[in-house]
Amino acid sequence: MALYNDGVGMAPSDLDHEEWEMIQDIKVLLPGFEKHRGNLIPILQSIQEKHSYLASTAMEMVATHLSITPSEVFGVATFYNQFRFHPPGKHQIKVCLGTACHVAGGDIILENFERKLGIKDGETTPDREYSVERVACVGCCALAPVAVVDENVQGHMQPSKVEGLFVQFQIEREREEREKAEREASE
Amino acid sequence: MSKLELRERFASIQRESERRNEEKNKESIPTIFIVMSTCGLASGATETKQAFEEALSEKSIKARIVPVGCLGHCYAEPLVIIDHPTAGFPPICYYQINADRARILVRSYLEGGDPVLKYVLGAMEENDLIPAVMDFPRFSLEQRLVMEHCGHIDPNDIYQYVAKGGYSGLVKALEAEPEEVIDLVEKSGLRGRGGAGFPTGRKWRIARATEIDDKFVICNGDEGDPGAYMDRTILESNPHQLLEGLAICAYAVGANRSIAYVRAEYPLAVKALQKAIKSAEELSLLGPSILGTSFNFEVSVFQGSGAFVCGEETALIQSIEGKRGMPQHRPPFPVEKGLWGRPTVVNNVKTLSSVPSIILRGPEWFRTIGTEHSPGTAIFSVVGNVKHPGLVEIAMGTSLRTLIFDVCGGIPKKKEFKAVQIGGPSGGCLPSSFLDTPIDFDSLTQAGAMMGSGGMVVMDEDSCMVDVSRYFLDFTQKESCGKCTFCRIGTNHLLNILDRITKGEGREKDLELLETLSKDIKDGSLCGLGKTAPNPVLTSLKYFREEYEAHINEKRCPALKCRTLIAYYIDLEKCARGCEVCVGCCPVDAIFTTKGRKKAIDQELCVKCGECRSVCPPEYDAVFKVSPPELAPIIERPPEEKKESKKSAV
Repeated sequence: MALYNDGVGMAPSDLDHEEWEMIQDIKVLLPGFEKHRGNLIPILQSIQEKHSYLASTAMEMVATHLSITPSEVFGVATFYNQFRFHPPGKHQIKVCLGTACHVAGGDIILENFERKLGIKDGETTPDREYSVERVACVGCCALAPVAVVDENVQGHMQPSKVEGLFVQFQIEREREEREKAEREASE
Repeated sequence: MSKLELRERFASIQRESERRNEEKNKESIPTIFIVMSTCGLASGATETKQAFEEALSEKSIKARIVPVGCLGHCYAEPLVIIDHPTAGFPPICYYQINADRARILVRSYLEGGDPVLKYVLGAMEENDLIPAVMDFPRFSLEQRLVMEHCGHIDPNDIYQYVAKGGYSGLVKALEAEPEEVIDLVEKSGLRGRGGAGFPTGRKWRIARATEIDDKFVICNGDEGDPGAYMDRTILESNPHQLLEGLAICAYAVGANRSIAYVRAEYPLAVKALQKAIKSAEELSLLGPSILGTSFNFEVSVFQGSGAFVCGEETALIQSIEGKRGMPQHRPPFPVEKGLWGRPTVVNNVKTLSSVPSIILRGPEWFRTIGTEHSPGTAIFSVVGNVKHPGLVEIAMGTSLRTLIFDVCGGIPKKKEFKAVQIGGPSGGCLPSSFLDTPIDFDSLTQAGAMMGSGGMVVMDEDSCMVDVSRYFLDFTQKESCGKCTFCRIGTNHLLNILDRITKGEGREKDLELLETLSKDIKDGSLCGLGKTAPNPVLTSLKYFREEYEAHINEKRCPALKCRTLIAYYIDLEKCARGCEVCVGCCPVDAIFTTKGRKKAIDQELCVKCGECRSVCPPEYDAVFKVSPPELAPIIERPPEEKKESKKSAV
């Protein structure tokens, strides 16, 4: 089952390097922002934009910079849908559950992704290849039901298209591995 | 600074815009306009553009490619308009142009002069050769005022907006006294397009009257309704019109600072707006002493982090202040005490975008459109079961029937209209008996729905109203900020009750409970979210009560939608021997072969996704859906078959 769905909890030890990088980055980033409460959300946004999630140490650093308590930063960050607290998978799958997609059976599509990967919405597979989340509306209602896979909008989704996407991923992965092996062999 | 100087400075910008226009016309090479807004990109406009570029360079044809904003015709994306001045045809609008078709167009039309009629949606001008798009109801019944230039200009080129008369409204406003500007807006009768319909002029007047100098203007672009995307389209397709409206508003109320609050989920809109601000500043249409006057005005963009409740003005202000976006008590209203304690005018994107043309063409002109109490136009994103979904701008007072059946082409696949949901999670579902309701603030509220921000979902006979209510409650329950107990806990209870009804576990007293609980939530909540959250439940209970009763009493979903209450089965009479189509598509291997080499569904494994039904060849049409599930005939899976399927799964 998924490892990183524990909300604001500390990241597991294998992420330490990533977290360390994030901390180094924030040290550079923070002085650029005035110590003003109004900057809280923009700071969190720029951290997430670069690192795709917010580690708890990162939020503590932001709290110190703005002279507010870490709990206030956590409170704000958890209030908004944009922020995530665990690293997403290599392939991010977002299933739209806006009104039009719901009417067209978006929940069935989400269920298919969940079943295929063995994780629930908002989780990442243990190998960190895939993460699945539901989003409110991506605004492509005429293409419903819609899923956004790695920034590509897939319209008119069907359970069989879900299968097809994974076959594609599989082929890509195999090709990459093959190329890697060939490169290594030639070296 | 005299008025003359102001006009002279603006005239030089207009001359530059004309000069650029003439330069383009002089070249007389074809221009290819590609719709590159979010929905266009989702349908593959990037590939289309690339294909055009490649094909043009292969054939060494000189043509200009101009990315434009959205025309609102989502069903036809990717849309392309080709203006080929030497071919003898007017500019032609093509629909669903993928990469292959783009190459064909280059070869046949740009090279060969044949306009490839089968991809043509219509001509952009009246002519004798090709039917014009303006003759189609989807175009002719619309009345474009806010979205007038959307899709016709490059949003990144300020001169194109100026060429369409852009920023003339601002110049006219700057020539007048602020009070005169407010008078014009008040006379026009413009009402806030965010949903509540508060008179914009009155809001501005209150803000003007406050004595504090440091005021704010906020543009509310936190479009959180699932299924509504008109604000995004305006921001992406014509950001300058909004900036012009924003500047006029700031001048009228006496503000010098403004924040455009746009959802972070709209990266393209954020980028377009930021770019527009920069180019307007370069031409001194924004920034310090605009066009040499004493009016200073700066705009910054704040990216909203995704909370539905932040569409409420006090919550939105909290969010800009770096707090949790929780609504505050009113009074004091933001116009008296808003952002950082300063008087703040919060106006919706559509409201502000309506302002420039009101100033330019006058309030009398604005009043000729729409109804007496709701002048102007309304923009809806019409989605769901209609033939031509997309953004539609119509005059207020148009009936729902005209909008759904005439403009958007009605219900596809020969199905029956069942209901229309207006106003998103805060709105209501109206049945066919309300189709003649005119669309304006008051009539819709009276009918039990509301204008909302303009999301409209059309549903056919296959939609279950209980399920739709459950869907909206699921949304509002998640988005409740948690401040008021009735909203926080009440919506959760509503959701639990609806959940069990859709699962066939509804109880006799549930409907009464839904009604009393809904009333309590409405009474006990502070902001619009809680006050309107029960609307979908209340309206659907009012107009579709028998559906709720069927779920509770007969454990049956009349629309065959609620998955716990339905079953799929294969009619052995109709199933074709040896056909395997459904077997391959079943995601859970629930379909097996019977003794007669026909197919049957293992009800224990079936997840009711309906894929088998959609792939079954129409000549057999053997898969059926029934409710309650007991109606499906039970066919035992042969034991050896079970083993086999396990083996193959390993």
